[in-house]
Amino acid sequence: MSKKILTFECETGNYHTFCPISCVAWLYQKIEDSFFLVIGTKTCGYFLQNALGVMIFAEPRYAMAELEESDISAQLNDYKELKRLCLQIKQDRNPSVIVWIGTCTTEIIKMDLEGMAPRLENEINIPIVVARANGLDYAFTQGEDTVLAAMVHRCPGKKVSSKLELPLVLFGSLPATVANQLILELKNQNIVVSGWLPSQRYLDLPKLYDGIYVCGVNPFLSRTATTLMRRRKCKLISAPFPIGPDGTRAWIEKICKVFKIIPKNLEERENKIWESLKDYLDLIKGKSVFFMGDNLLEISLARFLIRCGMVVYEIGIPYLDKRFQSGELELLEQHCALMKVPIPRIVEKPDNYNQIQRIRQLQPDLAITGMAHANPLEARGINTKWSVEFTFAQIHGFSNAKDILELITRPLRRNKNLQDLQWTKLIKSR
Amino acid sequence: MKLAYWMYAGPAHIGTLRVASSFRNVHAIMHAPLGDDYFNVMRSMLERERDFTPVTTSIVDRHVLARGSQEKVVENIHRKDKEECPDLIILTPTCTSSILQEDLQNFVERASLTSKSDVLLADVNHYRVNELQAADRTLEQIIRFYTNKEKNSLNIKPTKTEKPSANIIGIFTLGFHNQHDCREIIRLLNDLGITVNEVIPEGGLVTNIKNLSKAWFNIIPYREIGIMSAKFLEKEFKMPFVSITPMGLVDTALCIQNIENILNNYQSNQKYNFKSYIENQTKFVSQAAWFSRSIDCQNLTGKKAIVFGDTTHAACMTKILSREMGIRVSCAGTYCKHDADWFREQVEGFCDEILITDDHTIVSDMIARIEPSAIFGTQMERHIGKRLDIPCGVISAPVHIQNFPLSYRPFLGYEGTNQIADLVYNSFTLGMEDHLLEIFGGHDTKEVITKSLSTDSGLTWSIEGLTELNKIPGFVRGKIKRNTEKYARDNSINTITIEVMYAAKEAVNT
Repeated sequence: MSKKILTFECETGNYHTFCPISCVAWLYQKIEDSFFLVIGTKTCGYFLQNALGVMIFAEPRYAMAELEESDISAQLNDYKELKRLCLQIKQDRNPSVIVWIGTCTTEIIKMDLEGMAPRLENEINIPIVVARANGLDYAFTQGEDTVLAAMVHRCPGKKVSSKLELPLVLFGSLPATVANQLILELKNQNIVVSGWLPSQRYLDLPKLYDGIYVCGVNPFLSRTATTLMRRRKCKLISAPFPIGPDGTRAWIEKICKVFKIIPKNLEERENKIWESLKDYLDLIKGKSVFFMGDNLLEISLARFLIRCGMVVYEIGIPYLDKRFQSGELELLEQHCALMKVPIPRIVEKPDNYNQIQRIRQLQPDLAITGMAHANPLEARGINTKWSVEFTFAQIHGFSNAKDILELITRPLRRNKNLQDLQWTKLIKSR
Repeated sequence: MKLAYWMYAGPAHIGTLRVASSFRNVHAIMHAPLGDDYFNVMRSMLERERDFTPVTTSIVDRHVLARGSQEKVVENIHRKDKEECPDLIILTPTCTSSILQEDLQNFVERASLTSKSDVLLADVNHYRVNELQAADRTLEQIIRFYTNKEKNSLNIKPTKTEKPSANIIGIFTLGFHNQHDCREIIRLLNDLGITVNEVIPEGGLVTNIKNLSKAWFNIIPYREIGIMSAKFLEKEFKMPFVSITPMGLVDTALCIQNIENILNNYQSNQKYNFKSYIENQTKFVSQAAWFSRSIDCQNLTGKKAIVFGDTTHAACMTKILSREMGIRVSCAGTYCKHDADWFREQVEGFCDEILITDDHTIVSDMIARIEPSAIFGTQMERHIGKRLDIPCGVISAPVHIQNFPLSYRPFLGYEGTNQIADLVYNSFTLGMEDHLLEIFGGHDTKEVITKSLSTDSGLTWSIEGLTELNKIPGFVRGKIKRNTEKYARDNSINTITIEVMYAAKEAVNT
């Protein structure tokens, strides 16, 4: 009784995820000459301080512009206040760009950040990029999407000379090593990556012009993709994302297809990777997974795990852009047919309470979930993997497939070591 | 607006949620945007909670902004009422939702008409109070609510327990060593022949709040949370309370004496005298008094320390260090600005200076200036200490997961004094090691690492000077280097030779 077609459900949206302002954590490290200023309240600050743990002590290049009662009630002039803080930042850190992160509060009090930024930019002579990464509209990784979409406007413009070879710009923040690996994979196919958004430095943002090809590396970048297409007239290559060897191969193939290149050695390369993963695959074959959903990587990860031989019961996901993820959804369907497993249920805006009831019923071998639920589920004998780790670990490209499985199998391996002790359920029955 | 990197006390709703999730069978519903529910993460990770944190969010999104959230909030309250059947549901606004100025009180009233649970709106101003003040306020609000409810329904006069008994008020989830402290206080009361009536809120039931008045008195172990409740109960039921934190030998004794006075004030035939108990515990059961007297502790005499934390722990620690161990507290400080007067009064005479701030950079500068031998502070001071190479004992929230130990680590009572003595002693470089390092020139021969805090512009060290500097034990090397450079700069010397070093040393000594 396997379902044949993808179906999409939508629940209440009562789920746990990180606030999108958390994107400053990895973006300030990625863009070395930036400074991120989060304009919000104590609540935002407390979240960053707790979510980012140790990083806070490393003199980070981000700070809160903490709104006080007088700001909320408009007794103080927003412009003057922001100018004061930005001048201080300029003096202390001298960044090449200040990124203002708008939050729920600036939304509600309708602080006109987009209006103020250009004025202040002229006055203090530092570019100010505004991104509204708030919890009213977005979840977790979508924060990066809002920042990158705002940066698109700052990319230097046209310089069209030869129309013969249109260059390729990739978008999505990745650690430098991972980005280099992907660039190399494409180079092996004679494809030159002419730029990357975001770049290591703000001053090196890629050139964008009419007709240039762009391709995303992460599934949560739909706004950036739209902005690139609509505002900069870029051509989007819609492909599955380079997560897992299957995804990486499909990603490269799709790019090759667009550039009319016949890929070389790709199949061998993929097979070799699968071979190297054999030990892990033996461990997870036939095991079941439940994604509670919080970071938008879920479809790609589920697709990869199905290809690894796992059964996916449910893919929870905060938001699904079916157009941007179409390549990914297609590959998911293909894999399900190939591996002869039922198509998982895809639940947008999930309801964590209902999901926990379903987890109780299904008893999956692994639940991929946020930290709020991980310990309680473990105490009830359900193996869990903390989902946020997938956003911070290196999971892209051929060579990092091992890292994904390392993460996935860790709870299984750990609990295998402990299973003889029979201490699985550690709560008192009521 | 304020440029902020770090904060000592969290936002108000965290305090409310700590109260709510400390009780058994109480559910909190936050009125907040997506992603504000990281309280659940903190509780699940730091406290390693096995149960789901009883906090859910009624999410404020675009839709809510356009249409108001009345239906959604009421529906979510009803839903939780059915799913979990809690005794009480607390609706908690956040900074964001409080500026929407929706009539949440009205939603609560509507929801409570049809739900089995009691429903309350946490009554805190998010822009005026912090986590601790909000927790204090919310606890009082809940106690007041159930006291009034009882009064209206039955109207019976409270009866006291036959034997002396006490309520312990102010034990919380995510509190600094609260669970261990609670066990220690219960043990102390048992020793005194006093039974524990109720522990509120941790593990307590709101339905038991009506029994609070049966106790003879209340114990408020921490200054930050519980005082408001104690004052309310004092007014309502004439219940006396003890608010002296039993931390350190002297204050534990004082706390017990207060209890003795309270018990003796009750009209009963029995008179209580705990003097010999205190004496025996202080001198023979606790090791702290003997430890301070032992020759090992002599090496700590006059060493400089800095204390920073919440009011309770910073004040008690300052008194312990200076009064019970003979350590010089160069600066004592707290981030509880709202209670600064009380703090000043407590530590007056036990330290050289007092610092009231919630800005960690000011604390950091102060530590860099004073260069103490050890710091006793929060997680933040631990990191400052790491940067400056000064050891730090963590004595107060905010803390990280390593300060939620599995083993028994109270800070209060007589076992607490042992723990504190260990903490203090281990934080300073051990006495003998200290001497040996000085005699044999240290065991680390690494290059001198320039610290960011030392401004070394335009100064060069001669080779002999550097060699001499390397002979100085690692843990004081930074200090000597800074002092020497300061001396050189003051005297317009460009090259630091051995002679300059000695001259600097003499200058410091005179």
